[in-house]
Amino acid sequence: MGIRFVLMVNKQGQTRLAQYYEYLNLEERRALEGEIVRKCLARNEQQCSFVEHRNYKVVYRRYASLFFLVGVDNEEKLSALHQLCNNLDLPIYNKSGEGFNHQLIHPKVEAGLPNELAILEFIHLLVETMDRHFGNVCELDIMFHLEKAHFMLEEMVMNGCIVETSKSNILAPIQLMDKA
Amino acid sequence: MAGPSLMDSLFQRSVDDIIKGIRLTPPGTESTFIAKSLDEIRREIKSTDPQTKATALHKLTYLHSLHGADMSWAAFHSVELSSSSAHSHKRIAFLAASLSFNPSTTEVILLLTHQLRKDLSSSNVHEVSLALSTLSSICNPDLARDLTPELFTLLSSSKIVVRKKAIAAVLRVFEQYPDAVRVCFKRVVENLENGDMGVLSAVVGLFCELTEKDPKSYLPLAPEFYKILVDCRNNWVLIKVLKIFAKLAPLEPRLGKRVVEPICEHMGRTGAKSLAFECVRTIVTSLSDYDSSVKLAIGKLREFLLDDDPNLKYLGLQALAIVARTNIWAVLENKELVVKALSDVDVNIKLEALRLVMCMVSEDNVMEICRILISQALKSDPEFCNEILDFILLTCGRNFYEVIFDFDWYVSFLGEMARIPHCQKGSEIESQLVDIGMRVKDARPQLVHVARDLVIDPALLGNPFIHGVLAAAAWVSGEYIELSRNPFEIMEALLQPRTSLLTPSVRAVYIQSAFKVIIFCLNSYLKLNGNDPSYPSESTYSDLKSDYPGRFETVASQPLSDTEPDNPNMVVTDGQKPSVSSRMHHLTLESLVALVNLVETNLGPLAGSNEVEVQERASNVLGLIKLIKPKLLGCLDTREGDKVNGEPKASEMVELIFGAFSEDLGPVSLNAQERVPVPDGLVLKEDLRDLEEICGDIELPLSTSFSLVKLQKMDATSNSEHHSKEEFEPSTESTSLLAEHRKRHGLYYLPAENAGIISNDYPPAHDPKDKASDETEDLVKLTEQSLVIKKKPNQAKSRPVVVKLDDGEGFKVAAKAPEFKADLISGAVQEVLLGNEATSSSRRKSSKKSSKRREMDESNVGVPESKNEIVNADMSEIGFPSSGRRKHHGHGKERKHRSSGKDKEHDHKDKQKSEHGHGKHKSRQRADGALAAQSPVIPDFLL
Repeated sequence: MGIRFVLMVNKQGQTRLAQYYEYLNLEERRALEGEIVRKCLARNEQQCSFVEHRNYKVVYRRYASLFFLVGVDNEEKLSALHQLCNNLDLPIYNKSGEGFNHQLIHPKVEAGLPNELAILEFIHLLVETMDRHFGNVCELDIMFHLEKAHFMLEEMVMNGCIVETSKSNILAPIQLMDKA
Repeated sequence: MAGPSLMDSLFQRSVDDIIKGIRLTPPGTESTFIAKSLDEIRREIKSTDPQTKATALHKLTYLHSLHGADMSWAAFHSVELSSSSAHSHKRIAFLAASLSFNPSTTEVILLLTHQLRKDLSSSNVHEVSLALSTLSSICNPDLARDLTPELFTLLSSSKIVVRKKAIAAVLRVFEQYPDAVRVCFKRVVENLENGDMGVLSAVVGLFCELTEKDPKSYLPLAPEFYKILVDCRNNWVLIKVLKIFAKLAPLEPRLGKRVVEPICEHMGRTGAKSLAFECVRTIVTSLSDYDSSVKLAIGKLREFLLDDDPNLKYLGLQALAIVARTNIWAVLENKELVVKALSDVDVNIKLEALRLVMCMVSEDNVMEICRILISQALKSDPEFCNEILDFILLTCGRNFYEVIFDFDWYVSFLGEMARIPHCQKGSEIESQLVDIGMRVKDARPQLVHVARDLVIDPALLGNPFIHGVLAAAAWVSGEYIELSRNPFEIMEALLQPRTSLLTPSVRAVYIQSAFKVIIFCLNSYLKLNGNDPSYPSESTYSDLKSDYPGRFETVASQPLSDTEPDNPNMVVTDGQKPSVSSRMHHLTLESLVALVNLVETNLGPLAGSNEVEVQERASNVLGLIKLIKPKLLGCLDTREGDKVNGEPKASEMVELIFGAFSEDLGPVSLNAQERVPVPDGLVLKEDLRDLEEICGDIELPLSTSFSLVKLQKMDATSNSEHHSKEEFEPSTESTSLLAEHRKRHGLYYLPAENAGIISNDYPPAHDPKDKASDETEDLVKLTEQSLVIKKKPNQAKSRPVVVKLDDGEGFKVAAKAPEFKADLISGAVQEVLLGNEATSSSRRKSSKKSSKRREMDESNVGVPESKNEIVNADMSEIGFPSSGRRKHHGHGKERKHRSSGKDKEHDHKDKQKSEHGHGKHKSRQRADGALAAQSPVIPDFLL
C-alpha cells in the first residue's frame, strides 16, 4: 500500500502542499495535480472518497476549504489489467486516453491493493496532528508553515510507508525545533 | 550577475514576505512576481552567510513545490547548505533536496554521500532521522551501496525512532542495491520480534512491500507473521500483516488453514472498518476455499453494502467483484443491492455495480439483464450510457458470444443499441454485426432484417457515430441479399441521397453492396426466365422458402417513397412502385430496367468523385451496367424474340460475377498465413539488392506503374475490415484466381457445408481434408450432445452454432517479464533465509564482483556437493512450479563458502531464533523441500 503522493488543495484548486514519494518532473506533477484536482473537486459530499486515476487510486477527504488527497499505488491492479488487456487484445486506456478501460468485466483485483479506509484514517490523523500543533488549523497555517507540514509528513510517512501514528511522537521533533 | 551585497542580506525578503506578496499580486501577474522573486533568490543564494542562503533556498523550495518553479539549478546550493552546523539550515537543505532531486539524474547527489554518512553516525537522534528520511527519498544505487554499512548499524540502534526509520529506509536501499539484502536482511528479520509498535509497524510495512513483489521468498517467515497476527492489537500493523498473508496463503495450503481462524476472529471482534474490510478482502481473495469464513465475510460485506456511507458501499461492491470470481452465489444473493447501486448518485459506485451485474450474466438471464441495463442506459447521462453499452457489448461478445443463446434476439438488440441517441459504440456494434454474419449462419435471416431496418432509415445517416454500424448493415444487406424480402427496397435504401453524408469508406461499402444487389437481381431474373434449362423457374425462391420457413410471410414493407418525397431520382421507381414492393417472383424485365436506371442515375455522378474508393467502385458498377443495359433493352423490345443472339454473353458474365459473390466468406484464422507451407524452391530470405544492379532498367517501368491512386486504394482497403472482405474484383479473371486460391488453400477457409462446426482442432496444413472434416463431424455430434445436456428443457430453440477457429483468434499470452531488481532482492533474501547468509563485511566488499559471478554460476548449479538438507532446499527451490530459474541466484557461490562457514551459520541461527528455536527453522527448511518434492513426510508448518 505504498503512498505515492500527498496533496493539499484548496477549493479554488490551488495546491497548498505537494509531497511526492516517487520522482516526477515538474510537467508531470502539474498535469497530475490538475487532472486529479479537477476530478475530485467535481465530486460532491454524497459520493465516495475514492477516485481512480491512471495508475493511482486517489483517496481524498475535504476539511472545510481544504482537500486532502493521497495517491496510492494501484500498480498491482494496473499490471493485472495490463495482462488481461494483452490477453484480450484491448487497449488499456479509453480512447480519451484517460482512466481505465471500463470494458473490463473481470478486473483481476488482487490483494496488495491499498486499504482505502486506512488511508482515510491516515488523512484524519494528519489533520488532527496539524490541528494539535497549530491549534484550529486552517489553510493559512499550512501556507505559512509549509516546511513544518512537510516535517510532520516526514515523521509519519517514509518511502510511502506509514511509520508513525502517534501524534506526540510526530510532533516531538518539531516542538524541539520551535524551542531552539 | 552581481554577487549578493550586504544590502541584500539585510533587507532580504522572508518566506512570509513572498507568500504575502503572491497573495497580494492581482491575479494574472503572479508569474511576473515569481520571476522577480526568483531573480532575487538567484542572487541571495550565492551569499556566504548561511542564514541568507537558507532563507533563499527556503523561498525557492516554496516556489518550486507550490508554483512549479524550476530549481534544478540550485541543487548544489542544497548540498552546500546541508553541511551547515545549524540544524534548522540542515533541515531546509535536506527538505529542498528531497523535494527536488531526481535520484537518477541529479549528479550532485554523490556529493551528499559524505555528509549523509556523517549524519547517520551522529549521536543526535534528529540528525540521524533527518538523514534517514533524506536517504529514503533521494537514494540511488551509489548512495545505497556506500551507506549500507551505516544503515546496518542503525538497524539495531537502541533508539526506537532511529531504528524505525532505518527499517523504513532500508526498503529503498534494497531496491536500489539488492546486494544490501545480504548484509541487512537478518537484522531486519530480528526486528519482527520487537515489542515497540513503531518498529513493528515499520518492519511489517517493509515486508508488506517486499512480499508484494515476490511472496514466495518470504514464506519461511510465516511463523513470525502468524505470531503478530495473533498477538498484535494495533490495527495498522494488523492490516499490513493481513496483506502479507493474502500473498502467502495461496502459496501454501496449510498456511491458509492456520490463519483463517484468527482472521475471522479479528473480523468479528474489531470495530474498525478498515481492519474489518481488510479481513474481508483477505478472505475473499486468498482464502476463498474456506466456505464458512467466506460466508462470514459475505455477511460483513452485506453490512457494508447496506451502509449509507458511500465509501463502504463502494468498497463493498469492489470486494464483491473479487468474490464473484470464485463464489458467484454471493453476488446473486445481493443482486437487488447491486442493481440498486446502478442508480446511485456516484458514478464510481455505478461503475462497480455495472461490473458486478455483468459478472452475473449467464445464458439464462442475459436477456433480462440487458433489458434492465438498456432501460438504465436510456435514463443515464451520455457518458455512463456508453459505459453500459460497452459492458453489454463486451460481455455478450465474450468468448464467441458464449452467453448468447438466441441470436435473433441479440442481433435485434444490437440494432436497438445503435439507435440509442447517445450511442458512441458504433465501431464495436459494427464488428459484431459483421462477425455474427460470418460466424452464425442461423442468425443471418434476422440479421438481414435488422440491417434492412438500419439501412432504410434516413434519419440514421445524419449521426456520424453510427456510420460504422450502417457500414456493417450495408455489407450484411449486400452479402446476404438472397435472404432479403425485397432487394429493390434495399437498393433504394443503399442509394438514397442522404448517403452523401457518409464518409467515403462507408459509402464505398454502400456502393459495393448495391453492386451485389444488382448482380443478384439480374441473376435471379435470368434463372427465372429459364435461360438455363437446368434452372426451372422460381427454383431459387422455393429453395429459399424451404430453407427459411416463415421468411416470406407478409410483413408490410415500408413504402420508400414516403421517406424520400423530394427526390427527383426516385421518380422512375415511384412509377414502378407496385412491382418494386411486390415479391420477387414478380420480377419483371421492366422492374429490372427501372432498377438498373436507378443505379445508373445515382452512381453516375460518383464516377467523377474525388474519393478513390468511391470512384472506383462506382465505375465498376457503371461499367457493368453499360454492358448489361443494351441487352436488357434489346430484350424489352423484342420480348425474348432472339435472346439467343445477345443474351448468353451477358448472362454468362452475370453468372460468373454472381458466383464470385455467392461464395460464403468464412472467418479466417489469424495464423492461417503462417500455416501455408512455403513451396519448394521459394526462397524468402534472399537478399535482393543485387537484383537492382542486374536489372535496374527493367525495373523502371514496373515502379512507374505504381500510381498514387493504386497506393491510396491499397491503404483504404487495409483501413477497414469489410473492404478487404469484399475486395474481389468482379472480373472473370479474378474469379478464376479466387477459385484456384480456394482450391489450393481450401482448408484455411471454413467450407460452407461445414460452417456450423465448432472445431477445436484446426486441421493441420498437410492433413487430408476429408479426414479433418470427419473429425469435426464427430465433434459436432459431441457438441450437440453436450448442448442438449446443458440446455434447459424449456428452451425451445437450440443454440445456433457459432463458427470458431482454434488458437488463432484473440488470445495472445502475454509473456511475463519478471522484474529484474525484485529478482535480485528475492534471490538474496532466499539466500539469507535458507541459512547461508553472508554476514561478514569482507564478503560485502567483494559482493559487487560476486554479483557478476553469480550469473555465471547459475549455469553450473546442478551439481550439489555438500550437506543433504541444504541441497534439498536448493532443489526444492528449483522445483517450485513457477519460480523459474532465478531461484538459484548465488547458490553456486555459497557452496564455496559453505565448508568454512557451516558451523558459524548454525550459531547464527541459534541466536536468531532464540525463542522459536533452531529446530523449527530447520524443519521449515525441510518443509519447503518436502513440499516441492511431494514427499509424504510433511512436518507441521506452523507449530
